[in-house]
Amino acid sequence: MKVGIAYDVGGRGDHSFNDSAARGLDQATKEFGGTPKELTAKTTDTEPDREQNLSNLASAGYNPVIAVGFAYANAVKAVSAKFPKTNFGIVDSVVPASNVDSMTFASPESSYLAGVAAALKSKSGQIGFIGGVDNQLIKGFQAGFEQGVKDTKPSDKVTTQYLTTGSDLSGFSSPDLGKSAASGMLSKGIDVIYTAAGSSGSGAIEAVHGQKGAWAIGVDSDQYQDPGLAQYKDSILTSAVKNVNVAVYNLIKSVHDGKPLTGNNTYGLNNGGVSLATSGGFISDIQSQLDAAKQKIVSGQIKVKSTP
Amino acid sequence: MKKFAKIDKERLLLGLAAPVLALVAAFLVTSLVLLATGKQPFNAFQIMGSYGVKSDSQVYILNKATTYYLAGLAVAVGFRMNLFNIGVDGQYRLAAFVAAVVGGMVSLPSFLELPLIIIVAMLVGAAWAGLAGLLKVGRGVSEVIATIMLNSIATAIIGYLLQPGRLAHLDANTNSVHTTVLPKSGWFFTFTTNPAAGPIQGFIVIAALAGVGYWFVLNRTRFGFDLRTVGQSESAAQASGVNVKRMVVTSMLISGAVAGLVGMPTLLNESHQYATDFPTGIGFTGIAIALLGRNHPAGIALGALLWAFLDRTSNWLEFNGYDKEIVGVMQGVIVLCVVIAYELVRRYGLGRQQRRVGEELAAAARKNTVKEEVTA
Repeated sequence: MKVGIAYDVGGRGDHSFNDSAARGLDQATKEFGGTPKELTAKTTDTEPDREQNLSNLASAGYNPVIAVGFAYANAVKAVSAKFPKTNFGIVDSVVPASNVDSMTFASPESSYLAGVAAALKSKSGQIGFIGGVDNQLIKGFQAGFEQGVKDTKPSDKVTTQYLTTGSDLSGFSSPDLGKSAASGMLSKGIDVIYTAAGSSGSGAIEAVHGQKGAWAIGVDSDQYQDPGLAQYKDSILTSAVKNVNVAVYNLIKSVHDGKPLTGNNTYGLNNGGVSLATSGGFISDIQSQLDAAKQKIVSGQIKVKSTP
Repeated sequence: MKKFAKIDKERLLLGLAAPVLALVAAFLVTSLVLLATGKQPFNAFQIMGSYGVKSDSQVYILNKATTYYLAGLAVAVGFRMNLFNIGVDGQYRLAAFVAAVVGGMVSLPSFLELPLIIIVAMLVGAAWAGLAGLLKVGRGVSEVIATIMLNSIATAIIGYLLQPGRLAHLDANTNSVHTTVLPKSGWFFTFTTNPAAGPIQGFIVIAALAGVGYWFVLNRTRFGFDLRTVGQSESAAQASGVNVKRMVVTSMLISGAVAGLVGMPTLLNESHQYATDFPTGIGFTGIAIALLGRNHPAGIALGALLWAFLDRTSNWLEFNGYDKEIVGVMQGVIVLCVVIAYELVRRYGLGRQQRRVGEELAAAARKNTVKEEVTA
């Protein structure tokens, strides 16, 4: 197997989104062998750079070529047309092409559960949401989270802050920004903070750890298990996990088996594509309420919003 | 006349010495850095060289250099007057955004649509830079501070307006937010090359014209003379009747108008819309390129090409197992080396000139004394 993967900014080691994809890759490499080629986006990359990276992988014979992050959507569209025999994967976007596996995640659903947990654990009734960049994807996290809080404790207040706006994607890779945003929230009496901001989240978790009785909620990966965050893990209530690894692994396996996945494959609470992490056991006392909420979402009784 | 030609040749040699010295020094320092990271430096240079001359790389380099060249020019206009326009970054982003919105609203024939978009961009860029110019002459605010602040404000304005329901649309498939796509009449022409390499952006023609215009205005007009005079000595310019305040505002306006062009190759030749993935930070690259090109239109072109070459090859270096950050180190080292080398060569040239003038004066004095002795 020659698997090519292009990470979003932050890359392997972001303790979050990209690491989740990397875990899927590692698992597949262990099972099917081969040496994968891993590339990482820079914040200054433009469309031609992304196309170049994917083309380099495809023309060097890597198959599948997996693009991690919606920023690659147009590049995957262009490059997949040039290399019809290569299988491509795109995370968080839909690219309608016969050789592309579009992996999308119902992150608002797991964020809803995170909201339920936050509402049940907050003592001050003040809850914070930190988003990396104010794009539609992250607003979906915010929408689900706010809905989860409101449905559980209507009187609780959710404060939202985005680290960067628009085309400035550095909010996904700036732990210092995450830290100062979280410190500001803590000083206002907020005691549970959910951060959906790539590697910036580690800064927020660090700030929360400095405040006794405050909880951080992680994102994308089960951040309690992250060795890089081990010293703060007592403050990580749970994480809204996005199992990019499952999607990545599924694609690699399907290519390995000669039956490549294509089309839009949605990963939600119903098929384990997104979930709420239980490591640390901090939410075991409210597990029954979380399970009930999950049931309602899976059965369709609760419709989770994807825009705030 | 003969003496004049000799001095010119010497100036040419000294002029060439500086960039050559800088590149050699940059090569050496980068090699040391590569060695320190445990990699073979020559192998890396070879990888970069062979990849950089491939036809698709050449197209990429020309296209990227077009954008960089305009950014370099915009910064250089300010530099020639001792104005540090750090705000090119905000100016070109705001200009491209507004131009994209305006261009998406109307659908005119190409000969009206394209000039409309380009002029709107230049006006917005000029206005945004002009604010910093007015603040400087009216309130004494350093243009460095003002333009940095204006960059942030531009980011915030674009972030606010580039939302679904305001001036943008959401592409539900890709999660990207973008302005209305320009009508086909607002697409700039391209030069076709072989299909694998892709087209060369037609905007390269405008960039070249901008370079010629820059050279002409600075070197062949009264305005350009005034501008360079103010850059060399504000008080001398003032004493000789130049209205320095007006020059400050005017050159900021020109710098901003050129900055307005920076986003155009991307908008008119590539994306045809302003989306969340519109490139950022090119204004800062422009500063490095203007420094590298010593504010000379041809020098800036070389700097832009070199920068684009390094950008292109950085991705390939990563593909070959090198840290792509090495190219960032290389770019930084080149700029530092250029600045240092020029200063060294300038001092050396100045020393030589002083010595020669001294010798000539001494010779003339000797001749005079001989003459006096004869007459006496």
